[in-house]
Amino acid sequence: MIADWLERKEVVVCAGAGGVGKTTTAAAIALGMAARGRKVAVLTIDPAKRLANALGLPELGNEEARVAADVDGELWAMMLDAKRTFDELIEWHAPDAATRDAVLGNRIYRELSSAVAGSQEYMAMEKLHELHQEGRYDLLVLDTPPTRHALDFIDAPKQLAAFIDSRALQFFTAPGRLGLKVFGRGTGVVFSVMKRATGIDLLQDLSDFFRSFGGMTEGFRDRAERVNALLGDSRTAFVLVTSPRRDSIEEAAFFWHRLREADLPFAGVVANRVNRADGPADRAELERLLGEPLARKVLRTYEDDRRLAERDRRNLTELRRRLGRKPMLEVPNLDHEVHDLGGLREMCAYLFPVSRAGAPQTGAE
Amino acid sequence: MAKLLDKRLVVVTGKGGVGKTTVAAALGLLAARAGKRTIVAEVSEQEHLPALFGRSGAGHREVEISPGLYGLSIDPARAKEEWLRHQLRSSTLAGMLGNSRIFQYLTAAAPGVDELVTIGRIWDLAQLERHVGGTRTYDLAIVDAPATGHGVALLRAPRTYAAIARVGPIARQAGRIHEFIADHARTGVVAVALPEEMPVNETIDLGERLRAEMGMALDAILVNAVYPERFDTAEAKRLAAVNGRGPAAVRPALESALSELRRVRGQRAEVARLRRAADAPVRTLPFLFEPELGAAEVDRLSRELERRL
Repeated sequence: MIADWLERKEVVVCAGAGGVGKTTTAAAIALGMAARGRKVAVLTIDPAKRLANALGLPELGNEEARVAADVDGELWAMMLDAKRTFDELIEWHAPDAATRDAVLGNRIYRELSSAVAGSQEYMAMEKLHELHQEGRYDLLVLDTPPTRHALDFIDAPKQLAAFIDSRALQFFTAPGRLGLKVFGRGTGVVFSVMKRATGIDLLQDLSDFFRSFGGMTEGFRDRAERVNALLGDSRTAFVLVTSPRRDSIEEAAFFWHRLREADLPFAGVVANRVNRADGPADRAELERLLGEPLARKVLRTYEDDRRLAERDRRNLTELRRRLGRKPMLEVPNLDHEVHDLGGLREMCAYLFPVSRAGAPQTGAE
Repeated sequence: MAKLLDKRLVVVTGKGGVGKTTVAAALGLLAARAGKRTIVAEVSEQEHLPALFGRSGAGHREVEISPGLYGLSIDPARAKEEWLRHQLRSSTLAGMLGNSRIFQYLTAAAPGVDELVTIGRIWDLAQLERHVGGTRTYDLAIVDAPATGHGVALLRAPRTYAAIARVGPIARQAGRIHEFIADHARTGVVAVALPEEMPVNETIDLGERLRAEMGMALDAILVNAVYPERFDTAEAKRLAAVNGRGPAAVRPALESALSELRRVRGQRAEVARLRRAADAPVRTLPFLFEPELGAAEVDRLSRELERRL
């Protein structure tokens, strides 16, 4: 069960494609671990409002809130606000007020910091790192952003560091007119072609932006490297969340390969919405009980369920095979939605099944 | 909905996992059947459309996947090269700039560049006169856009860049693309949802964001995978009454029927909530019990769309 996967872990990253139930899985893991006496914070992004309410979260905020759950430990939750985290980072790294204002007031920063592709991913990592540093929680559970590129967030810190080290930034931050002198004639040609393609204003603005950013690059790179180190740390565990549908299985397998390539600590798979069914039903008994027309409809319904259950079993067997039989937990396809603590407890029953040794059951009320 | 397919560009978006690609394919098939040469563009390195039709993908190349229906998966790197070539009117200069490490770093780091070149390529597919990537023109371009938040970011990229660049070629082109996207006569937006709480919430938010950020409105909301209502009220009562009393050999079947009834009730409530909150027509598509979806299922959905739109 999940508690075994997470023994001695301090960070859990729930990853997977959109729509597979990452947010509820992250919340249920957090609740289950809090029920086991740990002080847990779940960091989530834009959950359904009712789930937010059930967790006691305000509409939006970068602050943690204690969830009023009856558990032995503590359950905290927060929603990530990428733009605000970004602003806070600038404030933190800026050497002086003038630099801070220059960046925060820069047109490019303002237009893009909330919409930047990858910024949400990076900021989630950043906040995770910050909370881990502060050490106020036994366990942090991160619900990763719903990106189509499930791995953007892994690469985000590395990409930022690479960019800071790159000549592109030096090109813009070097003194003199757009750093032309630094790169000599070759760059001069590149620059003039670039100007032709983009227009001079855009280059000038970008240059201003990167120049004001320049004084902070050391701090940013250092930070990005530490965020990266945290992801690969043995105290971190990646949990892959998937649905049993073929497209999700494909993404999960791809994701797992990337985790392995990046040498990141993988704990196991949670398969949500798994259809289950038993053997064929006794038609004669059904007809006796319900009459022929209704029995036929019930049988039809059941056969439909059984076909889906068969597909799910096949797909999950395939995923197990491709992942080299890594641990996997299945949550059935519930006929109601999970949007309160009761629903999360129901999920916990599958994620933290009672072992024969008599481990405590989750969230007893 | 005939009006929807009379536009030049239809953007299909919605929360992850709701079946955007399947719906985009069904819309494309419907348009192609009506005699329109149609292309469905996938983005963000996704390429699921060809597999739906039992074919392997050709990536950035525009290929016919069914009579009159074409597909491609837009590769931002390729789109960037094409744009540079068009922009500089010289493949030598474009190659030089494209190979420049400074330019590579810059465009990798400058936020939103991939979105901008992707939407630019989509825009081009919807033009009567093509600028990049080919000369074949289409009557309709459909884009299988990224999930809600990223979908809006994609639509907003041209305006953002037009504002940042202010003057010059990027400002001019981005402004033109934005104008096209925001023009309701030429561009339509379809939201795909599931009859569940989170997708319904996201759909409502999407409508509000489109209006607030882009001054655009949804043309239609398609609620996908809606369960059939197989049992009437009397039958549902009957099933509830025998619940748990049947012999073991029929109990799983009874439970399956009752479970479906509970699911149907939840779904019905979510569809009703969506209808109340949304200011676009809401249409439903049936849940298909086929284990995997293929050309036959896409065809069936396209016929459902034909009846309902």
